[in-house]
Amino acid sequence: MSEFELIAEIRHKSGIADPEGSTILRALPALGFEEISNVSVGKAIRFAVSASNASEAVAKGEELCKRLLANPVLESFKVSVIS
Amino acid sequence: MASDVGIVVFPGTNCEFDVLEAIDASGANGHLLWHGESFVPKYDSVVLAGGFAHGDYLRPGAIARFSKIMEGISKFGADGGKIVGICNGFQILTEAGLLPGALQKNRGLTFICEKVNLEVTSDKSCFTKAISPGTVVTLPINHFSGNYTNENVDELEANGQVVLRYCDNPNGSVNSIAGIRNDRGNIVGLMPHPERAISEITGGSDGLLFWKSLLET
Repeated sequence: MSEFELIAEIRHKSGIADPEGSTILRALPALGFEEISNVSVGKAIRFAVSASNASEAVAKGEELCKRLLANPVLESFKVSVIS
Repeated sequence: MASDVGIVVFPGTNCEFDVLEAIDASGANGHLLWHGESFVPKYDSVVLAGGFAHGDYLRPGAIARFSKIMEGISKFGADGGKIVGICNGFQILTEAGLLPGALQKNRGLTFICEKVNLEVTSDKSCFTKAISPGTVVTLPINHFSGNYTNENVDELEANGQVVLRYCDNPNGSVNSIAGIRNDRGNIVGLMPHPERAISEITGGSDGLLFWKSLLET
């Protein structure tokens, strides 16, 4: 078994309002960032998993997202290995 | 005999004494139940009161559903026991899968604290049994994540599971939904606070209709 450090990126599903993202986007022209679009605000959660290989670690991380870290009605998620 | 109502208290719950007072004012007995204890099914009904259970960490209701008491409460509901979730209690019931859908942040990203008019749209629930559909009531709302969302809202509407609707949608909820029930009507969740509307001297008593529904029928 090795320890894998993972990151779960949790985002609003398409069609779910992202008022934080739109508020940030609306503020950007005042700073001169007119070329920025598609701002979305989500969460990033880091954790370590003991597993025999990276794909097993990611599968465990995805299970954690399904059961707790993300709400499937509102959010989608992506789990990646950092190290 | 007066009915006995269990009121669940999580760390961060803050409406339990308002609920207790509303239940006492309606002639029943309220009992505070700590979230870390096992649930003993000796109550006529259970209320999940509002607040910020477990600090609303991760998402409102996300951690509360793992509290020890929730296992027994889920079984109580599956056996037909009456469960009402108010505000944060509604969020917990959706996270626990006892009610469909979810509550996302209010449209406009504002915390809303005001009195609103609502239409009772069904009397086929344990919390609206004594209220004729079409009745308009005034209750306070007090929330940041009250924007009800459900991909299968048409199914919910077709089943008559919407029990309460905002007259003037304050938070972006789909179809102006403020409260819903499960298929059997024994589990109800709503964002407004009927426990804060039990006396004319504090701004209105329309909330008593809901407590009457829960306690006397």
